[in-house]
Amino acid sequence: MPKKYETPLLDELEKGPFPSFVTEIKKAAARSDMAADELGQLEKSYRDKRGYWKHGGIVGVRGYGSGVIGRYSSLADQFPDVANFHTVRINCTSGFFYTSKFLKEMCDIWDKYGSGLTNLHGSTGDLVLLGTNTENLEPIFAEFSSRGWDLGGSGSALRTPSCCVGPARCEWSNIDTLGITYSVTQEFQDEMHRPAFPYKFKIKTAGCAVDCIASIARADLSIIGTWKGKIAVDQGEVANYAKKGMKIQEEIVNKCPSKCMSYDGKELKIDDDNCVRCMHCIAKMTKALKPTGEKGATILMGSKAPFVIGATLSWVIVPFMKLEEPYDELKDLIRKMWEFWDEHGKNRERIGELVIRKGMREFLEFIGIDPVPQQVKEPRRDPFFFWTEADLQK
Amino acid sequence: MAAPQRRTDIGPPHFKEFLPPVIQKNYGDWKHHEVLSGGVMVHTANSGDKLWSVRVASPRLLSTDTIRDYAAMAEKYCGGYIRFTTRNNVEFLVSDEKNLEPLQKELNSKKYMMGGIGPRISNIVHTQGWIHCHSAASDASGIVKVLMDEFADYFTTKETPNKVRLAVACCVNMCGAVHCSDIAVVAIHRKVPTIDHDKVKNMCEIPSTIAACPTGAISPEPSKKSVKINADKCMYCGNCFTVCPPIEIHDPEYDGVAIVVGGKVGNLRSNPKFSKLAIPFIKNNPPRWPEVTAAVKKILDAYIAGAEKHERVGEWIERIGWEKFFKITGLPFTFQHIDDFVVARETFRTAATFKW
Repeated sequence: MPKKYETPLLDELEKGPFPSFVTEIKKAAARSDMAADELGQLEKSYRDKRGYWKHGGIVGVRGYGSGVIGRYSSLADQFPDVANFHTVRINCTSGFFYTSKFLKEMCDIWDKYGSGLTNLHGSTGDLVLLGTNTENLEPIFAEFSSRGWDLGGSGSALRTPSCCVGPARCEWSNIDTLGITYSVTQEFQDEMHRPAFPYKFKIKTAGCAVDCIASIARADLSIIGTWKGKIAVDQGEVANYAKKGMKIQEEIVNKCPSKCMSYDGKELKIDDDNCVRCMHCIAKMTKALKPTGEKGATILMGSKAPFVIGATLSWVIVPFMKLEEPYDELKDLIRKMWEFWDEHGKNRERIGELVIRKGMREFLEFIGIDPVPQQVKEPRRDPFFFWTEADLQK
Repeated sequence: MAAPQRRTDIGPPHFKEFLPPVIQKNYGDWKHHEVLSGGVMVHTANSGDKLWSVRVASPRLLSTDTIRDYAAMAEKYCGGYIRFTTRNNVEFLVSDEKNLEPLQKELNSKKYMMGGIGPRISNIVHTQGWIHCHSAASDASGIVKVLMDEFADYFTTKETPNKVRLAVACCVNMCGAVHCSDIAVVAIHRKVPTIDHDKVKNMCEIPSTIAACPTGAISPEPSKKSVKINADKCMYCGNCFTVCPPIEIHDPEYDGVAIVVGGKVGNLRSNPKFSKLAIPFIKNNPPRWPEVTAAVKKILDAYIAGAEKHERVGEWIERIGWEKFFKITGLPFTFQHIDDFVVARETFRTAATFKW
């Protein structure tokens, strides 16, 4: 019979219509002392208004430096079954597709060796197995890897790449987001499992500018699908949208950021030369509008949360790249970026912070990309700029 | 029994093994989709094939019991195929229309919440909080639960002018996408950390501790083989605690949350935006943080009342102006709202045009 704690505060979070994480912990706690101690410690946190977890130490599986996050309770004497309570990150599938067969196998392994608690998914996209003891790590890794699953990234390494649902179930995807993610993940296994970077590196791939994977906000390398060509208009479908009550002038034409559309009550016209491919009209009139022509991606870099220099959004480095298997151009670009970071980056400095510190020129010259206006919102406004000897000879 | 033979650096299995046959057949060849209700959409391929997706809320923290239940329903109605969304929802992938009704009936009978599709509030991206993180200044799952209880109707049925993306981060590390969400809660500290010099000496690397500070507030304290903190410069971010645990930042009495608004990641209509500060501080009041729910509701109600169709929260605020946002919501504007960090001068009003 597992341990049981009184949890009057957490019980309040079992009320209400939204599914309750407390109920989930209690289900696991009915079988697992680890989950029971997690619940007991959490109740104490709610009472004291503070957390009781300590930093990760060095813990993991043989030959890997990442994939496991060490976590220790600072109240180990009160809650001994979470004295060490580590996270195991399992690399998700591209697009987060699973079969019931795999999910059941995962549950069997996790009930045997862990707390029975998971996150589907962690913020980076891993399948997170939440809480197990140090001695269970090797058996867990053997069980998963023998079935074809591997650990994700953690620490100063390539983190588990992730992507939107893409061509698997979306008509807007300009690139094979799942294929790119799989290929890049396979290519850089060593960089993911043996941390050798100044800090973390995230790659997120979105099929279009709707960016359902938040790549522009949350990835050191953001790959966003786009196209070069016209938007094909099916005027019959436009009429259907109008018939069903869509106010096309107000909802579509007036909301176009580049004012490249017009509508006379019959025909919707697009001045494709001035379209910036924001996706608003296509997303709202998906039956009527389709991008045509060459498909590829805009490559951006540098987004991250506030530490240390404040939050950043990714910025354009390559306005358009064709992305077709085996994605050599993309992989070469990634390697060049890492080389620059390896050479100049300080400990715990994200690559975007480094490029801001060193200047875009040095970075672009290193990776061999020419300056183009698509990389900036506007040219510099100050008169302070560098000239190299080579520039002077031009 | 001995553990099976381990393998290394094999990476994840190929995703194709996990795609339902209708997706394998129509991969990259979808024509359009329609939102049938808050929780159901149908995708149609150029071949004429259809795929129905039924979206269900999850608390993200799941027991194996619940995952087994998802798996059982996926087997019964979806040929065993299921996926998860980037916002921690579950999607049942139905290829055979006749399974659609029975699946929804079973989900309803088990009190699963269907929704999150279309111009609504979807599930809340969030972090570990007190459940499993060392640097949490508040809990994340608890705040998510109370917010989603409050706004459940906006997940299942009711519509908003455009989608509203909520996020909760349990510290300024922001493992949740707080910095680019429509309305987000971020936990903060408000007191200068205390230093256990004896432990710093043994546990911390001094240069990296100094480099971790965004404001240059940390300098060496050679006599103690430790560091000191310039209290006038400290913004209580806690990054020093992350690299050097003996620098203690937690303070249950003064820790709490801030609310930021107006961020987005999509490029539709207007460029991606950062969230900006709306409410600098609300105290931690577990288990149900009623003041946080009330504050988010106030902002959401003002947005629903004022926004044009398709406008996101940030687009609405930019159209009416931030001064108007504070007037409409009645939120007090304080010194904390005026930026004094790295992009401060970009945020000052360099025009004589504004509203009273």
